[in-house]
Amino acid sequence: MVHLKIDGNTVTVPEGTTILHAAEQIGIHIPRLCYHPDLSVEGACRICIVEVENNSNFLPSCATKVHENMQVQTNSPEIRRARRDLIELILDNHPRECQTCERDGNCELQNLAYTLGVRERLFEGRRKKYKIEKSSPSVIRDTEKCILCRRCVRVCSEIQGVYNLSQLYRGFDTVVAPAYNAPMEESVCIACGQCINVCPVAAFIENNSTEQVWQALADPKKHVIVQIAPSIRAAIGEGFNQLPGTSMTGQTVTALRRLGFDAVFDTNFGADLTIVEEANELVNRLESGEKLPLLTSCSSGWIKFLEHFYPELIPFASTCKSPMSMLSTLLKTYYAELVKIDPKDIHVVAVMPCVAKKFEIQRPELASPHGYPYTDSVLTTRELVWMIKAYGIDFVHLPEQEFDAPLGFSTGAADIFGTTGGVMEAALRTAAEKLTGQPIKEINFTQVRQVKGLKEASVKIGDTSLNVAVANGLTNAKTILEKVKNKEKEFHLIELMACPGGCIGGGGQPYPPEGYYVLDPEIIKLRAQALYKIDEAKSVRLSHENKFIKKLYQDYLKYPGSEVAHKLLHTSYSPREPKGIK
Amino acid sequence: MKQSIELDSKISNFIESCLQKPNHKSYLIAVLHKIQQHYGYLSLEHMNMVAHRLQVPTSMVSGVATFYHYFRLKPRGKYAISICLGTACFVKGADKVLEAFETELGIKMGETTPDGLFSLENSRCLGVCALAPVITINERIFSKVTAQNVPGLINKVKMEIPMTE
Amino acid sequence: MGNPGSFYKQLSESYHSEYIRSGLLKKIIIQVGSATCEKAAGSDLVWQEFNKLIRASGRDDIVIKQTGCTGRCAREPIVGVFSPNQIPIKYEKITVPKVQTIFQDHIIGGQTVPELVLDKKTQKRYDWVITTCSSRRCHFDKETDLKILLQDHLEKNDLDPDTVRVFHGGCMGLCGREKVGKQHIMMIFPEKIIYRFETESQLDEIIQSHFKSKTIAQKYQTKTDFITEQFFSLYGDVAFFNKQTRLTLRNCGLIDPESLGDYIRNKGYEALSRILEQNNPEKVIEQVMASGLRGRGGGGYPTGQKWKNAVTYTQDPQKYIVCNADEGDPGAFMDRSALEGDPFIIIEGMTIGAYAIGASQGYIYVRAEYPLAIQRLENAIEKARKNNLLGKNIMNSGFNFDVEIRLGAGAFVCGEETALMYSIEGKRGQPRIRPPYPTQSGLWGHPTVINNVETLANIPTILLYGADWFSQIGTPKSKGTKVFALAGNVKNTGLVEVPMGTTLREIIFDIGGGLLEGRRLKAVQTGGPSGGCIPESQIDTTVDYESLAQIGSIMGSGGMIILDDRDCIVATAKYFLEFTQNESCGKCVPCREGTLRMLEILERISEGNGVPEDLDKLERLGNLIKKTSLCGLGQTAPNPVLSALKNFRDEFLLHIDEKTCPAKKCSKLIKYQIIPDKCTGCTLCARRCPVSCITGKSRQVHIIQQEKCIKCGECYNVCKFDAVSII
Repeated sequence: MVHLKIDGNTVTVPEGTTILHAAEQIGIHIPRLCYHPDLSVEGACRICIVEVENNSNFLPSCATKVHENMQVQTNSPEIRRARRDLIELILDNHPRECQTCERDGNCELQNLAYTLGVRERLFEGRRKKYKIEKSSPSVIRDTEKCILCRRCVRVCSEIQGVYNLSQLYRGFDTVVAPAYNAPMEESVCIACGQCINVCPVAAFIENNSTEQVWQALADPKKHVIVQIAPSIRAAIGEGFNQLPGTSMTGQTVTALRRLGFDAVFDTNFGADLTIVEEANELVNRLESGEKLPLLTSCSSGWIKFLEHFYPELIPFASTCKSPMSMLSTLLKTYYAELVKIDPKDIHVVAVMPCVAKKFEIQRPELASPHGYPYTDSVLTTRELVWMIKAYGIDFVHLPEQEFDAPLGFSTGAADIFGTTGGVMEAALRTAAEKLTGQPIKEINFTQVRQVKGLKEASVKIGDTSLNVAVANGLTNAKTILEKVKNKEKEFHLIELMACPGGCIGGGGQPYPPEGYYVLDPEIIKLRAQALYKIDEAKSVRLSHENKFIKKLYQDYLKYPGSEVAHKLLHTSYSPREPKGIK
Repeated sequence: MKQSIELDSKISNFIESCLQKPNHKSYLIAVLHKIQQHYGYLSLEHMNMVAHRLQVPTSMVSGVATFYHYFRLKPRGKYAISICLGTACFVKGADKVLEAFETELGIKMGETTPDGLFSLENSRCLGVCALAPVITINERIFSKVTAQNVPGLINKVKMEIPMTE
Repeated sequence: MGNPGSFYKQLSESYHSEYIRSGLLKKIIIQVGSATCEKAAGSDLVWQEFNKLIRASGRDDIVIKQTGCTGRCAREPIVGVFSPNQIPIKYEKITVPKVQTIFQDHIIGGQTVPELVLDKKTQKRYDWVITTCSSRRCHFDKETDLKILLQDHLEKNDLDPDTVRVFHGGCMGLCGREKVGKQHIMMIFPEKIIYRFETESQLDEIIQSHFKSKTIAQKYQTKTDFITEQFFSLYGDVAFFNKQTRLTLRNCGLIDPESLGDYIRNKGYEALSRILEQNNPEKVIEQVMASGLRGRGGGGYPTGQKWKNAVTYTQDPQKYIVCNADEGDPGAFMDRSALEGDPFIIIEGMTIGAYAIGASQGYIYVRAEYPLAIQRLENAIEKARKNNLLGKNIMNSGFNFDVEIRLGAGAFVCGEETALMYSIEGKRGQPRIRPPYPTQSGLWGHPTVINNVETLANIPTILLYGADWFSQIGTPKSKGTKVFALAGNVKNTGLVEVPMGTTLREIIFDIGGGLLEGRRLKAVQTGGPSGGCIPESQIDTTVDYESLAQIGSIMGSGGMIILDDRDCIVATAKYFLEFTQNESCGKCVPCREGTLRMLEILERISEGNGVPEDLDKLERLGNLIKKTSLCGLGQTAPNPVLSALKNFRDEFLLHIDEKTCPAKKCSKLIKYQIIPDKCTGCTLCARRCPVSCITGKSRQVHIIQQEKCIKCGECYNVCKFDAVSII
């Protein structure tokens, strides 16, 4: 243990602790900007500087380790002035657009400028000028707002292993961009949106679809249907100052009705359907012994990654559409027939924790044979939060309502889709019954829960033992895919999610409330717990026991893997340019 | 993206030899030097090929190519006039020399004349400070250049065209 | 395991006997400089012309050799003529017609061409040249001027002053090997005999014996081989050189940089053979520590300590040594000259370092802008490998080490060690936070020692002559010599190697010959864009790490620019800031954003738009950048501005308050005007004006239309009657 003094207070911390963390132990929050606990230390913004005795220069507390008898000053007048000046230097090269900015009120830079007391501009001069880059349906890049903290570059390479973003040029001309400064759409961007999540300002934001949705809602000819992903209910509350992990399913349904949606369905239904189809696919493959391991296909970021980076493994991916796309397809076929509305007059809105879904709905493979897309708009959780606020709905105090039937009913297996390991667990529940032909005794597959990054497990089903793996964050995916490629180990089923923690950590989820940070494992944990609680509370917890799913097969799809199921619920993938470098 | 362009065999062999060595990705800058030496600049296609051969993400290749001022991403003129803007040259009036070149050629620093004959570049100190101001035209160094010399120098270079071809 | 000592003996003997066999000792050698600067001055043509003439003469006793650059840049190309048993003659600024004259008159005719002699000091050929060590430390009697003393005694002994020439030399590096401070030392050419004496009667004895009886006064002869002997014997008669102490540059301009034989004949690789023979790496580190050598790249960190760090705190068997030859300071060319003139010494220094720390691989990171240096290094590495001086089992010692060259690509920040490592790894050269230091975690995470070119060039010498000897040179805290690249408005520009502790005044006036005609010294800029402007009032400061830091500058890597009264301090500060701003890697906020803001303020001031608060803002930003930047580039970037503000605040205020530039450099603050009394109406200015803003008929007074004038200064430059004035 090391003893040191911070602002006169003695603190004892383990060797190797940074000053920043040591200060936190005694309730001193040193302001910071480029620092992110889950990413490598950059030390570039210099906001977290402190004075350390016997050092003529100020040291970055995020990168400076404590030593015995260290004397640290975090708040001398010189430090305060230096921090103020540093923030001003960043502001001087940043658009003065706070009031019209997506991150207004939710911006780390704005917050620092206020708390550090930048009340006047002393050094203002030339400012960088760049156009907004809007080529991607998912991620918009606003270089002019970028403050070069490199969090996006780090998340894209360290967590996602995509290496799409890099700093280009240098000095004052430095920009963050894909290779050759190409538009995002022409890059290996997998549209996961983690750059949006970690960005302290609005240099990366989602391609906003709210206007499109407002218009559809205002159009009397349109039958506007909304579906919400499993992870929305566990996170949306944070957008309304609720504690992370507060599930607000009923309020969300009510709010959506108030916004004017004609029907409110649950992507969970699609999730249950996915499990039935995917479990069927798994059982078939296990029986034939071909194309194993089965790679899950719910995460559109992961699928885009597969196409760019591992085209050779495409045959292993499940051909199941994502739950969202399955449900949307049914909405414009099965449901349209049921309610006798021309599918062309139906506008399907999907509320997703994800910005890759905005890309997914544009995939030509997922369009109807008549050319129109099955999903018309994707809203992120953040966009929905904003719409509810814009509409003046007192969300927190709303009465709780139920989803519409029949495509609003779901089992507990669908709820856990929103968290890492959830798809795996849901699939195992159904596959186990299919493989053994008997009801399962233990419904909870806890060995695949709360996966921090990557986990391999062996699951006993009847007499057979299945080798499974769960990976979230694509750097972890790479690790497991390399094992598959090199045939290091025989796997049967692998769940892959692009985002850390699964969909609950998606690129479209609310920015963290005070006291938490972006991608904070604590938030991920609380959101996951909320989903598991919903699962526990449900009477039906096996996808194939969803009564409306059963009815759907009886009335429409015949049986899992049938021709019509294939036509409507399955898709294909193809290698994508530019080819990624692993 | 066109992948049809082949890499010169010498460069290709060099990459191959790098791949045999430990830390082969570290040869990225060396390979880019060779490409620029051979083709005059780094084209997008060539950078892409290098990225795939060395298995360095394209964003990093692009990041490196744009970080270092020595690398050019556009073709340069047949005669690259590079004006040293080092301290000694500055003190001895390199700015005036630059101005003269800009006036005479009708282009600004970093540009190439429309006929593709001359490019105007600046270089970091060439380390020939005692003979300041110095410029280089392609590999040749000219020392103690004055603004008055400039028209003559350009003519001299132009006249040498048949000789060097 | 073999025996490195006998390996070396064999190698050295084979080169010596090869040399004897070549008969070069009995031939006339023409030596032509061949560094980048020499070539820029036209040495290739000189080389060709001599070759042609030698062939045409049909003489086989005339040979031509190339050598590196001595650093006497302003007088290049330099040609040396060595005739057997004669004092070598060096010629300056040689062109093709001059080659013909030298060849006819000197080589064939045996007559020196006095008007072409380097620095024109040698008007005639002397029989003897005496070089005295005039280093202050050597004298037993500091009042005595040894030169006058010698001349008196020569006269007293009836020697014709036309036959013996006496020079004041700098420290010959003999100190420490002899009794310091109790003797006089002098060297007599062409016999290259060194005498030391303590009294005047001893001096008489020497004169009698040496010049009268033509026998060596053995009683007073120092047998010590002294390190700069060869250099002194060649250049000791040139004022620019004989005040210098050439330790690291001793072979530059002396040997053929492409010849391993030349290097070995000048004690090359003897140091390596000795340490390999002793087989005690720890002792090598101890010796380097004891020598007090500090990094010559700018920081001044003790080299031995750095080596020790790489072995003390780690068990990692994989280690690297890197030679930092990314000489990026504008105005500095020490490393280029060293690499071009004596590449083997760098490789030997690296090999010794590698042996000491246990590295098996070394990298030389050199600027791509130095093609000749790269070529010479490649050649040297190749030859060293062929002769078992690099590679596996070096000198049969069992020690393996190899070197690879890695090219920079135009980024000043790569001189910073962490950025340099990233660049070697093929990445963007952006520095990272230290610690960990490279000696803990360097290239690919392994311990890495990074030493500058000049630092490494000191290593073989230290091990050859001993730490004690080395530590006698210089000041108590800064040992050895330092090479400076003297440039700007000084008479003798070029490379200057002086013991630490020499004053700026000595360098500028004694070696540099003072300022160009009629100019007044304003400031000395040392340390390039990281250093500061030292005003004339402080030029008695000695050059060593601490003294320079104390007055707001730094030693840096050795750039030294002389500014005179026609240089504007605002423009100079702006120039350096423009440089660092342009070279900022963009990683940390203060350097990326702050330097631009400072630059904008300086631009404002130089354009006459400055306000008094601007100076406070410059200081506030400057101190912020210094204290909060991530790496050395940013931490030192404000130095040129802050030191200028400190020492020349009045000049800034004149720009702000009076809107005038006293040096008449800031174009927005000056006007060109034609003095009617002086104008002859020759029309030259009107014809040359690029914007045709000068009007006037032939033989009538011309007028500049101020509103159209772009202040290019062309009229001022071309006017033959001084009729254009700047106001």
